[in-house]
Amino acid sequence: MSGILILNGRVIDPANGLDEARDLLLCDGKIAAIEKPGSLKNAEVAETIDASGLVVAPGLVDVHVHLREPGQTYKETIATGTAAAAAGGFTTVVAMPNTIPVNDSVAGLEWMLAPERGSVVKLFAMPAATMGSMGATLTDFAALHKAGAVGFTDDGKPILEDAIMREALVAAARLGVPVSQHAEDTHLTGGCSMNYGTVAFRLGLRGMTVEAESRIVERDIRLLQEIENSEGLRPHLHVQHVSTGRALDAIREAKAQGLHVTCEAAPHHFTLTDEAIGDYDTNAKMNPPLRAEVDRQAVLAGLADGTVDCIATDHAPHAAHEKEQEFERAPNGITGLETALGLALRVLHRGQGLSLSKILALMSAAPAGIVSLSGRGSLSVGSFADIVIFDPAASWSFAAKQSRSKSKNTPFDGAPMLGRVHATISEGRIVFRQ
Amino acid sequence: MASMTQESQGSKKIFHYAPGSLLSVADLSVADVSAILTVTTRLEQMPHAQRVALLAGRRIALLFYESSTRTRTSFELAAKSLGATTTLVSDKSSSIEKGESLKDTGLTLRALGAECVILRHPSSGAPFVLARETGLPVLNAGDGMHEHPSQALLDARTMLMRLPGRNAAKANAKSLDGVTVVITGDILHSRVARSNALLLPQLGAKVLLCGPEQLLPETALGLGSGVEIVRDFDAALRRSQVAMMLRIQKERLAGLELDLADYIARYQLNGERLAAQAPDALVMHPGPMIRGLEIAGDVADGPNSAIELQVSNGLSVRSALLLRALNAGGFESVTV
Ligand SMILES: [Zn+2]
Repeated sequence: MSGILILNGRVIDPANGLDEARDLLLCDGKIAAIEKPGSLKNAEVAETIDASGLVVAPGLVDVHVHLREPGQTYKETIATGTAAAAAGGFTTVVAMPNTIPVNDSVAGLEWMLAPERGSVVKLFAMPAATMGSMGATLTDFAALHKAGAVGFTDDGKPILEDAIMREALVAAARLGVPVSQHAEDTHLTGGCSMNYGTVAFRLGLRGMTVEAESRIVERDIRLLQEIENSEGLRPHLHVQHVSTGRALDAIREAKAQGLHVTCEAAPHHFTLTDEAIGDYDTNAKMNPPLRAEVDRQAVLAGLADGTVDCIATDHAPHAAHEKEQEFERAPNGITGLETALGLALRVLHRGQGLSLSKILALMSAAPAGIVSLSGRGSLSVGSFADIVIFDPAASWSFAAKQSRSKSKNTPFDGAPMLGRVHATISEGRIVFRQ
Repeated sequence: MASMTQESQGSKKIFHYAPGSLLSVADLSVADVSAILTVTTRLEQMPHAQRVALLAGRRIALLFYESSTRTRTSFELAAKSLGATTTLVSDKSSSIEKGESLKDTGLTLRALGAECVILRHPSSGAPFVLARETGLPVLNAGDGMHEHPSQALLDARTMLMRLPGRNAAKANAKSLDGVTVVITGDILHSRVARSNALLLPQLGAKVLLCGPEQLLPETALGLGSGVEIVRDFDAALRRSQVAMMLRIQKERLAGLELDLADYIARYQLNGERLAAQAPDALVMHPGPMIRGLEIAGDVADGPNSAIELQVSNGLSVRSALLLRALNAGGFESVTV
């Protein structure tokens, strides 16, 4: 006897336009049935979960996480990072390649995805677009794709050279996967540690302008247009962690022209502004940096109007001793897997009035679609039994010290959250339970 | 809108730094400023024998990651005049171990018995790190492009001493009422400018910031409502009772669309300009100055100049700050 029966939940499945009371039967790692309440009560299962008062939804998908393995396991491992993912309701994560060494080979990719790494949820990876993420020579896209790559990125760094970015877009287009770009014109951001503006002036820190982000986005969009015109290909540009209104405007326009551009926004960018740096709190240091209120509002507007395709955490763990440094010296990045849903529900649902269904789409169906994951991001019968069960009304405070991540670098320690994960099920296995 | 912003914030953790720390002038209430000025005046009037007993046996570390003869000497002499033992740890000595973190250096100083650390550091915000990680009172002696709070206090005292009808022994929100101070030069890189622009409006002064766009971006207005940007130096000077000039580092001008001669023509404080626009203005400069560049020699040495008084006030104000940091010399009884 195997299987799990989830009874009496409010089932929200944006991919199928469903938001109603349903019972769910999970068998052999797949969704076996989804029926009106009461119809499945005679199924023989190993476990029954009473989801009364709770939402049952597709497991969340994060297309942008840093798991630090190999090379920096003192910050995080694949096992600890994916345990944090499970605690946050995520059942699928996509690992970025800026490990040590950089994930730029089939051997490296296979090592990362091997069962021995102990991933708690489904792990995918985007290998580097260029060797060593040095921006000079493309990696072997075809071989990496065959080995499981769901896209290519030099995240942490932009692909700066026009010619290399063009090549990457063409090669990825032939394989039907995106090039995921960290949009930062590093010619404009040398020595910068936060957003350019009045707060940076007051703190005496050099600031990154919004143009540093938008210039790369605009350049990449021009390349898309050019490739479509000249090669008859339809490349897919995915813009990572968009943080400025200027870049969102460019993306909105490109979408209107029919180009294949998608983008993600991070919970910290729609929740906080550069004021959160306070007295040089390195837990509020990330790249792209926290922006001014006008840009935060632009990200909120982009989420509401569909310019932003999905939410991604950019989960970036760092050890305490690395963050306990002078602001300019401390590394960029915050953890994010365990706070994403709580912030999305607090800020986007309660604060902005976005529906639960819309938010869940941004965190499951849409990201799964961007990296073309089949059988994930929806509750269709036959799909993987990737499920999150949460209480949408629960108010609570996040405590960093209780995090499953090895690192505790978050500006949200003690911050209010809305919506608490009760259980996370990955391919039919319960991987987290409150 | 206000409630929206509230909603948007994460947790606001208020960190309590050791009492007596001075990391930014934003940490100071007007009552704090007044208490510091009161003790400064009392110290100046105190017989040497009494003063040198105030911090006898107390240990103060000067941690200087950036050389600064002026500020270091001022703090060091202030500490010695109160009888304290000082240790200088500088980037020139081998004491700052290569690659050791600021936190670990601070913990070492604390373990060696330092009761207070005076920190000069090229990185903005470094004093906050040191104060958080050691729990010691930390005096910010200049951090990156951020602040130089003791300089702003000594500048305020200098103004209160030299401007007519003011009281330098205490302060309130109207102490500098009716006073306009123009700060001219490389505002962007100046910690002196930031500290003064934050402190002087607290005491009722109006601050005009003056300089070319490249050295004074519009973002400077974020310093607060007591601050205004005026690009035309002559116009700013006409409105001012105090002209505070900042040092110009030639290498900062290089690469900007600004040449030296042009800078001098537009922003130098010289005798002719002073006589024409503000013949009675008090002239100040935090030093070190470059005579003939931002300021003409005759003005620096002229009757309007308070530059030497600034230096001697530096010694007295820093003495008071050390007493405050170590909770001695009257600060125990002054409620701040
Ligand atoms: Zn990135």
